Amino acid sequence: MYVAVKGGQRAIENAHKLLEEVRRGDSTIPELSLDQVTEQLGLAVDRVMAEGSLYDRELAALAIKQAQGDLVEAAFLIRAYRTTLPRFGSTCPIDTRSMQIERRISATFKDLPGGQVLGPTYDYTHRLLDFSLARAGDSPKPLGHAPEAFDDRVEDSGREVVPRITELLEGEELIETVTCDGERSTADLTQNPLKLPASRDVRLQNLARGDEGFLLGLAYSAQRGFGFAGHPFVAEIRSGEVGVTIVPEEIGFPIEIGKIRITECLTFNRHDGSPGCAPKFLLGYGIAFGRNERKAIAMALVDRMLRSREIGEYIRYPAQDEEFVLLHSDNIEASGFVQHLKLPHYVDFQSELALMRQRREEFEKDENYNNGGETHEIEHRVVEGTARS
Amino acid sequence: MKSSIAWSKEPPGVEDPKSGNIEGYNYAYLDEQTKRMIRRTILKAIAIPGHQIPFASREMPLPYGWGTGGIQITASLIGPEDVLKVIDQGSDDTTNAVSIRAFFSKTAGVRTTIRTEEASIIQTRHRIPETPLREGQILVFQVPIPEPLRFMEPRQLECDAIHALADYGIAYVKLYEDIARYGRIAATFDYPVIVENRYIMSPSPIPKFDNPKMDRMPAIQLFGAGREKRIYAVPPYTRVKSLDFEDYPFQVEKWEQNCAICGASDTYLDEIITDDKGNRIFVCSDTDACEKSKKKRKRLDPLIK
Repeated sequence: MYVAVKGGQRAIENAHKLLEEVRRGDSTIPELSLDQVTEQLGLAVDRVMAEGSLYDRELAALAIKQAQGDLVEAAFLIRAYRTTLPRFGSTCPIDTRSMQIERRISATFKDLPGGQVLGPTYDYTHRLLDFSLARAGDSPKPLGHAPEAFDDRVEDSGREVVPRITELLEGEELIETVTCDGERSTADLTQNPLKLPASRDVRLQNLARGDEGFLLGLAYSAQRGFGFAGHPFVAEIRSGEVGVTIVPEEIGFPIEIGKIRITECLTFNRHDGSPGCAPKFLLGYGIAFGRNERKAIAMALVDRMLRSREIGEYIRYPAQDEEFVLLHSDNIEASGFVQHLKLPHYVDFQSELALMRQRREEFEKDENYNNGGETHEIEHRVVEGTARS
Repeated sequence: MKSSIAWSKEPPGVEDPKSGNIEGYNYAYLDEQTKRMIRRTILKAIAIPGHQIPFASREMPLPYGWGTGGIQITASLIGPEDVLKVIDQGSDDTTNAVSIRAFFSKTAGVRTTIRTEEASIIQTRHRIPETPLREGQILVFQVPIPEPLRFMEPRQLECDAIHALADYGIAYVKLYEDIARYGRIAATFDYPVIVENRYIMSPSPIPKFDNPKMDRMPAIQLFGAGREKRIYAVPPYTRVKSLDFEDYPFQVEKWEQNCAICGASDTYLDEIITDDKGNRIFVCSDTDACEKSKKKRKRLDPLIK
């Protein structure tokens, strides 16, 4: 009988062995290589890097393989590895103006300097299953020539700057201008715990690491009326590779240590003016590792929502509520805590059980509670009371 | 960017039997700077008994909600000389306890035990051992929700203000409402305590049966909440009182049965369903204490099986 509470050790070992077997699947089918994952499941790699908060395609591919394609689990593996890495210092801010543009579009202007570059996107595809991919021999013909807009820019110079849309509208004063708070060093949630109220850099870092699905849901809710008073606009979205530079103390000048691919999004939102804030379009900002426009746009919308306090909007909806958003955005935290319910709770449940028996006994004795037809209603009320307590 | 480490030849996670450590990771998993940060937080927590200190909690290779706070505290305290005991629900052999114990024997090469009196560090989830702890021992609690007022006031800023002002009216109103509605205080586990007559503190989800053990305990009691990023502490010999009223004093759970294995009548019992006909037995939740009391009983009466 005691078997029920003892014997954990061997059971766990067996569970781990079984997992290994299930993870590998049918061993007559060739094993997945990390190259295959980085090359053919690139968007999964991107998401794991973003939520794992570590830019390393190979490690992300390894995590995806190890997690059987469960991307939240893979991001968790990456986070747990990332946290052990030594920190050499901070990079200079990346300059997205000098991005090697792969895709850049604006939804607010038909054309603009730098052009509309569609790049590799599902946006304009028909979502029909392509059964030809189910057969072996999937290797599309190379394009043969670079896209036109891309051509234009390459002719000018090797490293062209594509101005951001905010710069293009600077003279108008209709768009909020971003000022740099140069005095203060940027906050880092991985080094200091979240404090409320949070500054914008903290919020942006939190959102950039946050769960794509959670941000998507919040952004959607804000868009559907639980937040935005008017329609938000994607002013610009761009993705491509940017150089990452550091200034080592002993050298004193910037050196480029590598390139990362990112997606950046700027949104405009109408603001009709409030005390101390003239009517203008306010900015939302989103950024994500790799190609991830869904995340970048959702983040920009939520960023704008979280500025409600700053611009004196009445905070009424979840997407505006800093504490609600920032404390529940992290899927590593959320996934762990939700699933901890699988752990044994014998002790706690035992004490609830004991109390419940006692209460039941008294209930049976008490005539006021126990008179025929009313029982059901009162029980219902008691259950409601405990659910809240 | 390419990964800067040469993991492709030798993936991290391979055991190096010489150091009792895992290759690619620091002793006891966390890097030394993180350990120092956590130790500072612990010192602060000990200096202000019962007060929650925010800390930069790290991601651990175990999920949030599975003991990451406790693991971080243990990882930053543990050394090669330590002897570690890990329990979950009072037992050394439940899945999570096995997993955490294995984690530290792997990453810290530390000796582990199931005997309460042998351990220098005891990490626990949901119980305090029945065997009284002594000076020099450290009891590390895993805490899911460190804020004792959370379900009365969901907002952290509000809770912070309540603690700062020691304006604990709502905590007592909650108890009063229980009495008005049910005739008694209905909190069963995670029953709030007041530490040195100042801070209301969550004892973690231990059954209220264990609350009196916290009072003036000779061992250090440390509480780690990883996901919520808080550490708090009860230093040795500190007064810990469970909230109550003069006319409705604090009471602990009692059972009519004794333990079916060791016969103890003074321990916390788990209920075990033995068949589908409604039969139950009750056994000690603390498996180590149960084993000991069984041996003792056998010594006194050899006829007992």
